[in-house]
Amino acid sequence: MTGSQIYTAAAIPPAAHLPDIDTYDTFPKLLRYNAAHIGDRPSMREKNFGIWKTWSWKQVKDEIFKFAAGMQALGVQRGDRIAIVGDNCPRLYWTICMAQCLGAVPVPVYQDSVAEEIHYPLSHSEARFAVVEDQEQVDKLLSIKDRLPHLEAIVYDESRGVRDYPQPFLHHYDAVVAKGAEILDAHPHQIDQEIDKGSADDPSIIPYTSGTTGNPKGVLLSFRNVMRAAYNGARFEGLKATDESLAYLPIAWIGDHIFSYGQAYVCGMCVACPESSDTVLTDLRELGPTYFFAPPRMFENILTTVMIRMEDAGTIKRGMFKYFMDHARKVGVRILDGAPVSLMDRIKYALGEILVYGPLKNVLGFSRVRIGYTAGEAIGPDIFAFYRSIGINLKQLYGSTEASVFVTIQPNGEIYDDTVGTPAPEVEIRIAESGEVLFRSPSVFMEYFKNPEATKDTKTPDGWVHTGDAGFIDDRGHLKIIDRAKDVGKLNNGTLFAPKYIENKLKFFPAIKEVVAFGHERDYCACFINIDLEAVGNWAERNNISYASYQELSAHPEVYKTIKSHVEQVNRDLAGEEMVAGSQIHRFLLLPKMLDADDGELTRTSKVRRSFIAEKYETMISALYDPAATTASIRSEITFEDGRKGMLEATVNITDTQTVPVQGQVAAAAE
Amino acid sequence: MNTTAQMASGQDPTTGAQERKDRIGDVLLRVENITLRFGGVKAINGVSFDIRKGEVRSIIGPNGAGKSSMLNCINGFYQPQEGSIWYNGKTYSPMRPHDAATNGIARTFQNIALFKGMSTLDNIMTGRILKQKASLIEQAFYFGRGKSEEIEHREFVEDIIDFLEIQAIRKTPVGRLPYGLQKRVELGRALAAEPTLLLLDEPMAGMNLEEKEDMSRFIIDVNEHFGTTIALIEHDMGVVMDLSDRLVVLDYGSLLADGTPEEVRGNQAVIDAYLGVAHD
Repeated sequence: MTGSQIYTAAAIPPAAHLPDIDTYDTFPKLLRYNAAHIGDRPSMREKNFGIWKTWSWKQVKDEIFKFAAGMQALGVQRGDRIAIVGDNCPRLYWTICMAQCLGAVPVPVYQDSVAEEIHYPLSHSEARFAVVEDQEQVDKLLSIKDRLPHLEAIVYDESRGVRDYPQPFLHHYDAVVAKGAEILDAHPHQIDQEIDKGSADDPSIIPYTSGTTGNPKGVLLSFRNVMRAAYNGARFEGLKATDESLAYLPIAWIGDHIFSYGQAYVCGMCVACPESSDTVLTDLRELGPTYFFAPPRMFENILTTVMIRMEDAGTIKRGMFKYFMDHARKVGVRILDGAPVSLMDRIKYALGEILVYGPLKNVLGFSRVRIGYTAGEAIGPDIFAFYRSIGINLKQLYGSTEASVFVTIQPNGEIYDDTVGTPAPEVEIRIAESGEVLFRSPSVFMEYFKNPEATKDTKTPDGWVHTGDAGFIDDRGHLKIIDRAKDVGKLNNGTLFAPKYIENKLKFFPAIKEVVAFGHERDYCACFINIDLEAVGNWAERNNISYASYQELSAHPEVYKTIKSHVEQVNRDLAGEEMVAGSQIHRFLLLPKMLDADDGELTRTSKVRRSFIAEKYETMISALYDPAATTASIRSEITFEDGRKGMLEATVNITDTQTVPVQGQVAAAAE
Repeated sequence: MNTTAQMASGQDPTTGAQERKDRIGDVLLRVENITLRFGGVKAINGVSFDIRKGEVRSIIGPNGAGKSSMLNCINGFYQPQEGSIWYNGKTYSPMRPHDAATNGIARTFQNIALFKGMSTLDNIMTGRILKQKASLIEQAFYFGRGKSEEIEHREFVEDIIDFLEIQAIRKTPVGRLPYGLQKRVELGRALAAEPTLLLLDEPMAGMNLEEKEDMSRFIIDVNEHFGTTIALIEHDMGVVMDLSDRLVVLDYGSLLADGTPEEVRGNQAVIDAYLGVAHD
């Protein structure tokens, strides 16, 4: 182990084309800079009523200033917290900057949270104001308003349905801006003066981490934290004002804050908001962003859709697709990385670009992508290779809210699907004796808001942050993450058990949506599997298998058979890897329902909450470890999307799978 | 009871109800002694009731009670043998389909009646047809009124698309859409005609809970936002009781009861005939 060795990034020169963030040390100051220097360039776009509307940096500055003046008149003071709830739309991004202009701290909240989940961040942050998108969010806040003593006013964007609400503390965005415009006419320098009071070490935002255990924690980030991270990421990738991105991931997620807000302000680039959350893929295609980020799940879904549509295509198209995709798999990644490739292969690839890759990228909206990021979870090697082989520069990065995102990034030309890259600029990484990854950088968070205990547990006095992830730095200097440190366990025979590692392998099959593996302090490894309704549903349709519900489809013997073959494939894979060969899957069952954040089984960022699932599905887990049991039953409460509760009762089959005998297993057990 | 309507509007029920009462105006339509026969079968037998401006009026009753026939009489699809319909100051005896359409009566159908091969956008555009004044030539070559009208109507239709939150299916052929969305598109087409009176024939039949709640919210919004008067046929009692200002109950073609949800709920004849417990 390398307990004391510190890994750092190679130094890269400051970017001449970006503003000096030591002078313009807050986002409102950057807003003024951008309005003055690139005032006519587009800052934001939004599709509404079927038409893309664009705002220039100048217009955005005027709008934010008016909004700020209006909010000041409503009583916003320096140090206040302002909650933000809603889907990605320009006005909510402007709210972030508006708050920062006034020295208030924005608190973005996940917009699909139910009222109870919204209550915690709002009450904990003692937000005095909330700026929300529409009636849905207003209703949620009204239902918990009497338990939010600090909340004084709610500003809403879309007036539909809210117009006739009698509550005097509800204000329409337009009215606030109109009021602000009047004030600015009389006192034109009011907001400028407020902006001048701000400096780099003021708090800039408090995102709440979704947290797999316990209450969320408010991560207090200063302007310096966010701006250095945004700046370093931008110069690492050479982002410019001409880049464009699509903001469709939750505003409350730190990644979106850096990509769609921080870097947009630092580089002066243009950020577009989709028409609605359902139209993202269409909007993506119309927009053709150059800078794109998505969780692995999204790339998976897109690939699944492509594959399904190809299966429905005609013979010629299918043949062509297969031929050129095989070729791309062979040489595409090498061409992207600039590795030597024979002339013949290059010509064939160029032909493929015209016939298959180009049109495909165009349909997906990836034609202009220069840099694509994926983060949050491991991405399947096949999926990763697919996108890279057709010429999309997709990279993995490893980060956390506490780091203002960037811990490691894969540098161009050094991209491996099993690592998350080298340390990002100005980031230092250390691996603790326990195997846990620690990092330190100027972007490390100030503290957990009103939670010194948690701050002390996570951040050492000299600035190192515990990630809670187990990993190591490989020979190439790349960080490799194995699993959450606390999730890595051992089977009873002593074999290493890294559940995420096994789950990821299974999740790479299109038919499998989610997996939960068990094995810590057990005799063998077993797992729950969620089938992917879209992929399996399509397969069922083509094979004349009728089903009425997810539950029924999941229970179908043919589905079990398919999944069983996938599990056995994974077992063969695992058998080939010394460290994990012992944790092959012996038994599995298909869950009768999708794991869902509304039921507390996943976090809002779609990560499995193991302890919760272990408790809720206890009967099913014990059945997996009872050799006599061939079925498992569950009776549990489920939550519908509207917040109503229902009862789920189901009995599902357990299937035994073949495992591959491993030579080294005995040796591993003896260790 | 935490009702759908309250959940959807998120308001205190008492103030909400008061506001809604204030919105309801004079009589908009009066059905007078309508009798409709198919051969020897009396589908509707001497029924009279009225619909006031701005209200949500539901027609309920068991299968075969004559509910859809009643809507068909109101929009002129069926022509009753006896009786008349008084609408907005004029008496029609009987109502003819073009009278209904030009006077702002729009409807949706129990069995969806959309153009399956056309996109959502085009389907809703067809609802604007009565508003188009441009000549065939102007429309064909896209100039003059043809152009300006198209833009104007498209704007109106986009408003509806936004209102019904169906942006994602704007360009999708409706035949490919799931049932719940097709119903929504049909509502969109009816709204495109800017109706004074909107007739909805089982807008929620075959929907799941979530779709029903969405549809309930749209109906409330249409009513409150545009002030459209709504006549509704629906079997889901929870929905009907929550949405309606007043109800008409039909049974075997005759009027059984007429009044507010509370009155109807308490009416013994209705309980016996329809809400009754004897069926299972």
